[in-house]
Amino acid sequence: MGRDFSVIATLFFKASSLQKKRAILTVAAIAWGTVAILMLLAFGEGLRHQMVKARRGMGQNIAVWWSGETSKVWQGLPEGRRIQARLDDLDYLRAKMPSSTGILGEMTSWQTTLTWGTTTITGRVTGANWEYGEMRHHYPQAGGRFFNANDQRDKKRVIFLGNQLAEDIFGEVNPVGEILQVASVPYLVIGVLNPKLQMGTYKGPDEMGAVIPITTFSAQWSRQWLHNVVFKVGVAEDMPRAREEFAQALSAKYRFDPADEQVTALWDTAEGGKTLAAEMRRFQIFLGIIGALTLLVGGIGVANIMYAVVKEKTREIGVQMAIGAHRSWITGPFVLQGMTYTLLGGAFGLVVAIILVLLFQLVPVEGNDAIAFLGKPTLSAEIAVSTAALLGFIGILAGYFPARRAATVDPAETLRYE
Amino acid sequence: MNWPLKKKNNGDGNSNGHIIEMLGITKVYDTGKIQVEALKGIDLVVDKGEFVAVVGPSGSGKSTLLNLVGCLDTPSGGTYMLGGEAVAGLDRDQLADVRNRRVGFVFQNFNLLPQLTALENVEMPMLFGGMGRRERRRRAKEHLDRVGLGDRVEHRPTELSGGQMQRVAIARALAMEPDIVLADEPTGNLDTGSGSDVMSLMTELWGQGRTLVVVTHDKTLASRAGRVVEIRDGVVVTDERAVA
Ligand SMILES: Nc1ncnc2c1ncn2[C@@H]1O[C@H](COP(=O)(O)OP(=O)(O)OP(=O)(O)O)[C@@H](O)[C@H]1O
Ligand SMILES: [Mg+2]
Repeated sequence: MGRDFSVIATLFFKASSLQKKRAILTVAAIAWGTVAILMLLAFGEGLRHQMVKARRGMGQNIAVWWSGETSKVWQGLPEGRRIQARLDDLDYLRAKMPSSTGILGEMTSWQTTLTWGTTTITGRVTGANWEYGEMRHHYPQAGGRFFNANDQRDKKRVIFLGNQLAEDIFGEVNPVGEILQVASVPYLVIGVLNPKLQMGTYKGPDEMGAVIPITTFSAQWSRQWLHNVVFKVGVAEDMPRAREEFAQALSAKYRFDPADEQVTALWDTAEGGKTLAAEMRRFQIFLGIIGALTLLVGGIGVANIMYAVVKEKTREIGVQMAIGAHRSWITGPFVLQGMTYTLLGGAFGLVVAIILVLLFQLVPVEGNDAIAFLGKPTLSAEIAVSTAALLGFIGILAGYFPARRAATVDPAETLRYE
Repeated sequence: MNWPLKKKNNGDGNSNGHIIEMLGITKVYDTGKIQVEALKGIDLVVDKGEFVAVVGPSGSGKSTLLNLVGCLDTPSGGTYMLGGEAVAGLDRDQLADVRNRRVGFVFQNFNLLPQLTALENVEMPMLFGGMGRRERRRRAKEHLDRVGLGDRVEHRPTELSGGQMQRVAIARALAMEPDIVLADEPTGNLDTGSGSDVMSLMTELWGQGRTLVVVTHDKTLASRAGRVVEIRDGVVVTDERAVA
């Protein structure tokens, strides 16, 4: 073993390396393949992060239920009845849904006049329970806040604005502390939404709406019925049980078949999230395969050049065999060469990819819709490890096949003098 | 540990002192369509210290015979003992070891490794033999000195004349102190002057007690050998020892 190693190492270092031009081409091909696979995976990773973030923009592990019409006769009651939850159902539902970690109701006024000074626009106003801030990720910008349980209990006229809506009304002025007329009733602006990426929406983007305590809404609009109910679970796995509890509780109260999906249908973001994650994973694998193919082409290039070298050196290989070289001493240096060129190319590619990723970090997101939507390319340990493994594998193959050819050289045949 | 330099048999360890013992050796080249019977039953015994010239017309099988003697190729039939050891049934790496330790090759077209210096070329068999770096250098230098190239160690083959290249090749052939030196037309590519230098070197080696088998068309070289074996059509037709 020791001798094998030292012979192979010595031959590897003594063997004249490839001609410069060939070596550069080879390394460049591998480097290009590496950049391709790394950038594809990095963009995929960035996009995945962005998607996950965007999906969470609306809230994590939540389900949204609107009203529904029965489609089945139940206990003598006809089909086609409209089932709609009311404000006072929330406590009942909360009690009946132990799997859920939060439940709230929303009321909505779509075309509401909002006036500040001489500015008047119409916008969407939602009345919601105070838990909405956390459940629907309505985090305030610095200096503001979302309304709390006390505001709700006291029916305070306080309003939390979507960041886009706030800009439309107040422009450059800080809205917090200003008085906004909502359908001619004065409200104190207490917070503005921190800008967020939001993919899912059920009544328009959060940045375009305003939210007030549900009790205040109920009083001003004299309304009891809820536009929709939102409930949350701690982990996505709990969602099916929470949905079942919801259907049971609601059907018991309003007397319809709990299996009547026309009524119980809701938007389950936990489920949607799983699909999205799988979708993104598939997309990344697809990108990975394309990158791997590029790299494979580079590997074939290395192998080809190595084949040419073997062919050129046939006589030298024959001479080495004649003076006593073992087969592995002939093949070893070729395998090492294939590996070296591949790994060298890989290292160059990695450096270039890292530089590209860093350059992307410098590009401002603001005003760049493509980056705002697609995210920035991101390299992860997972990507680095799988690319390195692939490079190693291709490197071994690129050296192995030409080396195998070298091992089949027949010294008697090649040394015959023509 | 299986130290490859440790010689079980230095050629004179066996009872009869035969280095080469060939009996009924045949060689058939199978080129797919046609089969060429290059050797048709060769009996050849060479003792330690002999200088054998193999002569014969082109295509008679001289090179084929030399390749078999040097274990570069394996016979189709017959038995062959090299230094008292049967070589039949050895695998490729074992044959490589036999070539490394027992045989030194000299070729018509030198066959030096072009990217290596003279010194490195001579070192190569010792590298394969598992010798340490320092020992290799020392011995390689010594061998180059002996062939009169002590001042050319760092030259590459392209920087040497034909005669010098062949002398490097001879130094390389001697590097592992083989039982036998095989040369296939060693003067075939040389002008008369360098040719006779190489011839003198061969004769000198013989004088030092080495065993040589040399294939040659060259009457002068053949006349220097102690024994001339003539081959025609794959059989030995004459085998004459010069009377001292
Ligand atoms: N690898 C091979 N495949 C097929 N036939 C071969 C092969 N090597 C040698 N031969 C044939 O075997 C015969 C003997 O060839 P060999 O090379 O031993 O002759 P030689 O005596 O060395 O001739 P020369 O003096 O021209 O070198 C020839 O007919 C040759 O064509
Ligand atoms: Mg010949």
